[in-house]
Amino acid sequence: MNVKKSHRFYGHGIPRVKPEDLGGRLIVVEGADGSGRSTQIAELVNWLETNGRPTVQVGLKRSTLVSEELEKAQEGNVLSRTTLSLFYATDFADQLGNIIVPALKAGFIVLADRYIYTLMARDMVRGMDEKWLKNLYGIAPVPDAVFYLSVEPEELVQRNLSKKATLDYWESGMDLGLSRDVFDSFLKYQGAMGEAFRLLQKTYKFEIIDANRPVNSVNKELRKKISAVLDSE
Amino acid sequence: MKSFAELNFPGRLIAVEGLDGSGKSTQIYLLKRWLEAEGIKVYFSEWNSSELVKSATSKGKKRELLTPTTFSLIHATDFADRYERHLVPLLRAGYIVLCDRYVFTAFARDVTRGCPPDWVRGNYSFACAPDLTMFFKADLEVSLNRILEGRPKLKFFEAGMDLRLSTDPYESFKIFQGRILEQYMEMSKEFNFVVMDANENVEKQQVLVRKLVSERIDLKKFKRRSPLPLPPSLREGREETEKEEDKAA
Repeated sequence: MNVKKSHRFYGHGIPRVKPEDLGGRLIVVEGADGSGRSTQIAELVNWLETNGRPTVQVGLKRSTLVSEELEKAQEGNVLSRTTLSLFYATDFADQLGNIIVPALKAGFIVLADRYIYTLMARDMVRGMDEKWLKNLYGIAPVPDAVFYLSVEPEELVQRNLSKKATLDYWESGMDLGLSRDVFDSFLKYQGAMGEAFRLLQKTYKFEIIDANRPVNSVNKELRKKISAVLDSE
Repeated sequence: MKSFAELNFPGRLIAVEGLDGSGKSTQIYLLKRWLEAEGIKVYFSEWNSSELVKSATSKGKKRELLTPTTFSLIHATDFADRYERHLVPLLRAGYIVLCDRYVFTAFARDVTRGCPPDWVRGNYSFACAPDLTMFFKADLEVSLNRILEGRPKLKFFEAGMDLRLSTDPYESFKIFQGRILEQYMEMSKEFNFVVMDANENVEKQQVLVRKLVSERIDLKKFKRRSPLPLPPSLREGREETEKEEDKAA
């Protein structure tokens, strides 16, 4: 693998970081809760490390800076949409500066369990301006590959319920008041999120992976595609 | 960037800007006291004071964890929280909102830290312009002396130590403040700052502040219809004062 491969940013990037200093590979897996993201990423890490490739993982709400505060604020559901949006952007930027950038500089493979696209899609569904979001996330490096694990909302319901016997408040978009019934709301919200992703796909060109299939066949496809990315210059 | 008046908000927003040590906080505090005494619906909001975000910000600052990007975004989050939960509803309810620092603080500081100006401004583009922005301009030496005399231990980010301008916090603070002042002056025209002479003594400045505010804003429109209800413990006191006032009249 040629670690010298340089990256670029979607927009202005971040101060004091030159895109040409970023080597390594940035691989993003997107998808709703229940799409199998975490399982797939665990498998991929296992596979990559077995093959002697150093990896690092990032994800949403995992920053040392704001993850606790963000969690607390969400419990009370007191944040308005711009605040929530910027809070998540801060969380992302903290991981970007402290994990993603150093790892790419060192030639690691960074696996992102969701990236700016989920954040943008969530905000778009909540009526935030797309141009505003694009400017905000101009700090993000362009990944080497983005896989969107696509699962039908009906199947997501089944997977979420069999795992936790309940549907998550935020993953059901209950803050949007689409329906008082959490089941209905989940289906509507996940449908809208799917729409938003299809819209973003036009600009950001991610690969849509049919994740209605068993874990193994999805993972096989991911490995094949990632191998190609790793071998490329 | 349109102002609240231009967007037909019933309320008005007054912001003060300036370097640390320019005396702007004293001036806006005295303005608040006057407006309150005049029976005007007034609310005061300070930069970096959202309850929700504050613990994250202070943790970041204490552990020196912040990059220019996260520094900018965490302050934007703080501002958005105050803006959406307090400022906008109050302005819709016809309040005079006083802000000790507004988006221009971010424009000046974050750009000095190396964030692209378009990016910072874009992030704050949800905010309307103040109806009046007073910029308290003191000579750099004067502001520096006020700060450095009274509070000799400078904090890391306050001194701009993250910019590696100097290993000496005092030296770093001076260079940093100088650069922020340059940013402010560049914005002054674009955002219609009313530049106040902050070298002048406090009382004289306050006279000018009150004059300016009453010229720009028709204050009688913002009076409370009835006095605020007070808790019983204070009610007697007020009645007595009122009686005394009657006597005096």
